[in-house]
Amino acid sequence: MKLKRMITTTTITIAGLFLGACGPVVEQESITVVGSTAMQPLVEAAGEQFSSENLGKYINVQGGGSGTGLSQISAGAVDIGNSDVFAEQKDEIDASKLEDHLVAVVGIGPIVNPEVDVDDVSLDELAKIFTGEITNWSELGGKDRKIVVINRASGSGTRGAFESIIFQEGQKSMITQEQEANGTVRSIVSSTPGTISYVAFPYFDDSIKALHVNGFEPVDENVYTNDWVIWAYQHMYTNGEAEGLTKEFIDYMLSDTTQENLVPRVGYIPVSKMEVERDLDGNVTDIEK
Amino acid sequence: MEETVQHFKKRSPKRKQERFGKTISLVATIFIVSIVFSILFFVASRGLRTFTEHGVSAIDFFAGTAWRPGEVSDAGEPLVGAFPMIAGSFLVTIFSALLATPFALGAAIFMTEISPKTGKKYLQPVIELLVGIPSVVYGFIGLTVIVPFIRQIFGGTGFGVLAATLVLFVMILPTTTSMAVDTLNAVPRYYREASFAMGATRWQTIYKVVLRAASPGLLTAVIFGMARAFGEALAVQMVIGNAALVPDSLTTPASTLTSILTMNMGNTVLGTLENDVLWSLATILLFMSLFFNILTRWIGKKGAMK
Repeated sequence: MKLKRMITTTTITIAGLFLGACGPVVEQESITVVGSTAMQPLVEAAGEQFSSENLGKYINVQGGGSGTGLSQISAGAVDIGNSDVFAEQKDEIDASKLEDHLVAVVGIGPIVNPEVDVDDVSLDELAKIFTGEITNWSELGGKDRKIVVINRASGSGTRGAFESIIFQEGQKSMITQEQEANGTVRSIVSSTPGTISYVAFPYFDDSIKALHVNGFEPVDENVYTNDWVIWAYQHMYTNGEAEGLTKEFIDYMLSDTTQENLVPRVGYIPVSKMEVERDLDGNVTDIEK
Repeated sequence: MEETVQHFKKRSPKRKQERFGKTISLVATIFIVSIVFSILFFVASRGLRTFTEHGVSAIDFFAGTAWRPGEVSDAGEPLVGAFPMIAGSFLVTIFSALLATPFALGAAIFMTEISPKTGKKYLQPVIELLVGIPSVVYGFIGLTVIVPFIRQIFGGTGFGVLAATLVLFVMILPTTTSMAVDTLNAVPRYYREASFAMGATRWQTIYKVVLRAASPGLLTAVIFGMARAFGEALAVQMVIGNAALVPDSLTTPASTLTSILTMNMGNTVLGTLENDVLWSLATILLFMSLFFNILTRWIGKKGAMK
């Protein structure tokens, strides 16, 4: 008896779900966006706002990582592939077919445990910490304490951006602890004495100390002018030229309203604010305004 | 006469039902078997590409200690030595099984031989509860409680084989315990009665008769626990530190096959060496769990008391 009732209720619920999905009269359209987990909050927020303004148009946002985003978009399996590295930087991706849309910029900064009494490092010193040449905070004028380096997963977009900027030709990171996400890195750095790692600006908070590099504070204003050199573009790739809903959504991402309100609200820097631009090889040029 | 023959020639409704049921279960079985084999085939064919397509030698892969996929050594060989992860996986599995087995055995003996009533009433629900807790919760507790604890006592960062062992210990304890309980319960009552009748004490009965009779099953329980420890990904990844180094102490960061897999899968591009070596790691995992399965079957056959 009990079982029977349970089966009935389940059937009704499932049927309801199916019927519900068939319900609306508005014609439905949807696209799928896959890739970088760092970009996910931004694209999700934008997607929701877009759907609420355009009835019946859905943006389906999934994570999976930059590598997944790029391989899925070059295979044509999704409509937009998110990546925080240039497609050209990943081997085996045929970047010539892909069209790049720069939707935002994000600053990345080194963070240390609050007990570390070093406030400012040079870019060269920072590189040497991550290659394992500098192993004690006393070498940088701090207390005698071992430096514990925490890195991000190899191939992660944030790590790729960080390393491509701080490392000179021939330098490479030491093998050390790796963590998967910005949030995990922050919580480990906040609780483990002597640790250093790096996160995107939106993850800065009071539990950790953000280091100054070359005398500059890690704030958005310094990124605009490239005084703060560690930053990365956030890319949305389409396979060939964007069309239909895909184009609509990318235009929406790049519209002034989104760039000026939503992008800063989730912690990113609007591309329009940048006073410089950087190409694939890391050459920085001023933008004529 | 004719009618009777017809009656027997016609398929009865019962027989039709029987056939129908048989067909359904056959289809289901074939479906499951084909899923298993296609997964095996898919993972292995991807994993083998490391050796066939990219020309990595098996020795470099299994014994190499430098794990830097995407980079090449001075001699131009890709740096994809998986030994640090293989060592890490086996270490945490063996240590957690060593730690969990005495506790699981003790709890199982208590629940079946010493105080079945209290065992049923309190221990059973607790153990069932432990099984149901998702692994991310275990990992989170490990990260917020065990790691800082180890850091305070041993220094360093607290991440490492020891933290992973302690987390896995709690995770495999319920699996091992409940299987051990089932095994002990399956020991026939008259074994115990015969033992008591010959004047053996309770402890002698448990030690010499019940445990002996149940030993193949108990071994199976331990191996099941090990299989779970070997395959656990998320909780381990959160507390082991994920450094692709051969562990030289229990409290320095290390890594396991699973932790490297979950960390890097999303960041690699399908078809590249970086991606294919991850499939190779997955192949090792798959064959290890197959090995654990075969081992339990073999023990079940060999060890049965006659």
